[in-house]
Amino acid sequence: MSIDVHSQGATGSGTGGGTAPAAVRGRARRRIDWGRYHTWAVLAWLFAPIVFMIVFSFNDPAGRHNITWQGFTLRWYQNAFAHTELNEAMLNSVSIALLSMVIAGGLGTLLGLALGRFDFRGKQLTNLVMFAAISAPEVVLGAALLSTFLMMNVTTGYWTTVIAHVMFCVSFVAITVRARVITLDPRLEEAARDLGAGPWDTFRLVTLPMLFPAIMAGGLLAFALSIDDYIITSFVSGDVTTFPLWIWGATRVGIPPQVNVMGTLLFAVGLLLAVVNIAMARRRATAKD
Amino acid sequence: MNNRPRPPLDPALLRGLTRARRSPLALPGITRRRTLQAGGATAAALALSACGVGGQQRDPAADEDFWADKERTGNLRWANWPLYMDSERTQIQQFTEATGIRVDYKEDVHEAASFFGQIQPKLANGDDIGYDLMVLTNGFELAKLIELGYLVRLDHTRLPAFAEYADEVYKNASYDPGNEYTVPYASGITGIAYNPEFVDREITSLQDLWDPAFEGKVGMFADPQEIAIFGLLANGVTPADSTREDWEAAADKLREQRDSGVVRAYYEQDYIQPLTTGDLWMTMAWSGDIYQQNAEAGTNLKFVIPDEGATLWTDNLMIPYTTQAPVDAVELMNFLYEPEIATGLTEYIGYISPVPRAQGTMAEWADTEEEDERAEALREMSESALVFPGEGDYQKLHNYVALEPDQQGEFSSLFQAVTQS
Amino acid sequence: MSNRKFTPYVLVLPAWAWLALFFVVPIGGMLSLSLTTGNVVTGFQQTFEVGNYATAVSTYWEQILRSLFYGACATLVCIALGYPMAYWIAFRGGAHKSTYLLLILLPFFVSFVLRTISWRFFLSDNGVVLGPLKDLGLLPEGFAVLNSALAVILGLAYNFLPFMVLPIYAVLERMDPHLVEAAHDLYAGRFQAFARVILPVSLPGVFAGVLMTFIPTSADYVNASVLGGTHNTMIGNVVQTQYLVNNNYPIAASITFVLMGLLLVGIFSYARALGTERVMEVHA
Repeated sequence: MSIDVHSQGATGSGTGGGTAPAAVRGRARRRIDWGRYHTWAVLAWLFAPIVFMIVFSFNDPAGRHNITWQGFTLRWYQNAFAHTELNEAMLNSVSIALLSMVIAGGLGTLLGLALGRFDFRGKQLTNLVMFAAISAPEVVLGAALLSTFLMMNVTTGYWTTVIAHVMFCVSFVAITVRARVITLDPRLEEAARDLGAGPWDTFRLVTLPMLFPAIMAGGLLAFALSIDDYIITSFVSGDVTTFPLWIWGATRVGIPPQVNVMGTLLFAVGLLLAVVNIAMARRRATAKD
Repeated sequence: MNNRPRPPLDPALLRGLTRARRSPLALPGITRRRTLQAGGATAAALALSACGVGGQQRDPAADEDFWADKERTGNLRWANWPLYMDSERTQIQQFTEATGIRVDYKEDVHEAASFFGQIQPKLANGDDIGYDLMVLTNGFELAKLIELGYLVRLDHTRLPAFAEYADEVYKNASYDPGNEYTVPYASGITGIAYNPEFVDREITSLQDLWDPAFEGKVGMFADPQEIAIFGLLANGVTPADSTREDWEAAADKLREQRDSGVVRAYYEQDYIQPLTTGDLWMTMAWSGDIYQQNAEAGTNLKFVIPDEGATLWTDNLMIPYTTQAPVDAVELMNFLYEPEIATGLTEYIGYISPVPRAQGTMAEWADTEEEDERAEALREMSESALVFPGEGDYQKLHNYVALEPDQQGEFSSLFQAVTQS
Repeated sequence: MSNRKFTPYVLVLPAWAWLALFFVVPIGGMLSLSLTTGNVVTGFQQTFEVGNYATAVSTYWEQILRSLFYGACATLVCIALGYPMAYWIAFRGGAHKSTYLLLILLPFFVSFVLRTISWRFFLSDNGVVLGPLKDLGLLPEGFAVLNSALAVILGLAYNFLPFMVLPIYAVLERMDPHLVEAAHDLYAGRFQAFARVILPVSLPGVFAGVLMTFIPTSADYVNASVLGGTHNTMIGNVVQTQYLVNNNYPIAASITFVLMGLLLVGIFSYARALGTERVMEVHA
């Protein structure tokens, strides 16, 4: 039987392994690929509401409630940026999410690495705090944080929002990274050290690439959590408005289609990233052949 | 990035991080270890700032001469609900043209309770909340703000337009007699809305909300103040005269409605979509919502003030005591009562204007408007009893049950036990 | 190596500082608040009123249990849907692994308000899904999904699926396909190969996924308030109401700590049942 030899195998590298495509094993060739159908079916489920959102961004509602189909129009796209507050909110959301992703990604990776690899005093306590941080209802966390900022004489605003987002994202990154660290073989790093690599080089050249898929996964989760947060943000954002904050408020008297347009544009940017990713993967694959 | 330039890290934060702690308020029992000691002190200080422990209630006597030394600053920060003014901010432009005062308008009030939760710690601390003027509904939050002494007593000599044009109905409301602290921005009615596509009879009574024929198709409001009035009125009790026994009976009546399966869900403010799609056939609803939905989306929803009565609520303009521009704020309050301005505002928001003269002005606008569509919309609105209720309509409308802050918890719990099952 | 002893402390220090300052301190304040009595106007006095906890449990035990139940159901749905997905992406995703991950997360770039509004549109009694089925007579006229426990659980599962898929993927991704092949050769059936080789390796990922779905879903409030009906209230909604509407901070804080306590006890006993040692020591 044929065994497909993966080019990089266990070490994994870059954005998601970079294994050669069409890893079809003899045994699997005759089977129906249920996994593929399942994956696409779940993706369809995930995307169903998005389709609705996109379709209704082209709706031409007469009123303020964009909920029944009234006809096709492009006019919301023509003046997509008419609500200046909404634009500002969008920019705030994206930049806060990126910052949270980077900071929580960094802190969480180190924390996850320590928890997965080392035994140290206070490890259980760290676990406890980490789990507690994701189990506290948001309204209590938000209110408690606001009080703390006030006590410290900190004016709430953009940076307090970033601080809060990083706080609740760190645990998610750390948990994801820890799971991967546990399953990694420490002997690879030992081998690197035996070959004369210093601790920093070992970390940079061996540990980090091995952790990359988990770091990426954790970072993406952090981004998604941050850009979607409403409750905690509403307490600590001061006079800064984010996208969820604006929308939540707007639902009181109806959602203008611009909200759908903004959602669609945001989605389109993400989709563009995915396409670029595919193209890059293609190029890598062809370069290898 | 954020549009406004900001320092990378708030200097105040660094100060806060590096500053030595205040003398620890040692708490017995949890001071065994030094780490805990610090934690306990922090916690106590935190509780202080979070909840205004003892003495955070402000002494209003200090405000006797509040207005004496106040002058116009030329800048005003105003927090309002989203979509409560058109996106061009027409009325603000007119205000700036007339007075030269620049207005930083923020759609930051999304929910009365959470807005209160956000400003209360700052007010307790004496910090600027970032707004000189704000709009809140006459509910628990307003009562607490007044009780805590967080609102500025209005100087009515600066509000001539209010005195001249405001409807008498709004001049002696139970939640703020004599408009000591607030003037109305817009009002609405909570009544019954139904979709005649599914409901084949005319709805006239609150009892229809209990009719088993509508099993799983009736929507009620989650807000305790809102739902309480419907329970009380359904029992034939006048909300203003209700007692504790009446509240309990009302809660029982509402519980019976829930357990019979008539109620589909308890809604915050998002009932329009289900009502339009047929998930709800009938629901508690706000007049302006239904008016807008019909006028703008061409739906044929019906809104009725039930025979037993309904609720009149008011969103009010008010000034927090931490304001930095009280004169500018009160000038804007006054400006919004000019009939032309009130008319323009009402045309966009579609709720009840506190300025009855706006009705005539709107009809005049309809006559002179050249564009047919707008003329028709203006005429229709000027004739609508939902936007301009008549004397008879007001007779059937009740304010929320007026409660002292120490009664609120008890009152809420009674009705939350029904809605949060 | 002596400096190795300090390595873990250096690694955890930044995150620890952050969590200590912005989580432990605030939540410590809440703990103190949970033992006070009073109201927002007269103020709250520290009276070490343990009765707040008794009130919280006796009044809201039903909502607490329901929340744990909904959270558990949603977690199971996430495992059922997410595990095969993570498996397929890790082993068969080829060059497009990261693209798939991005696709899974893409819906979350759009605000939850828009997503839940969309769900209400889809699941409407006479909407695009149920309408045609009812027209064909496959469902009774009165059938409804919205405003039920089912809708809440599905909503929770929908919103937390990525938190199950990504950690499982992150663990499986590094598995050597040779090992899988060897397993297939060693054990006769695919199931055996899966149960004996792949599943044990992936357990830390599943554990992480369960943590990241069960904990936050049990404390969630959005889904119950948007998709739930009567008798679907979760404890998150109660906390929200007690804190924001009633300003009953001591009760809101007490409920919070009861919930956190239950969740932490649950998580640690789950870790024990799963065999922390085994989870920690598997090296594929």
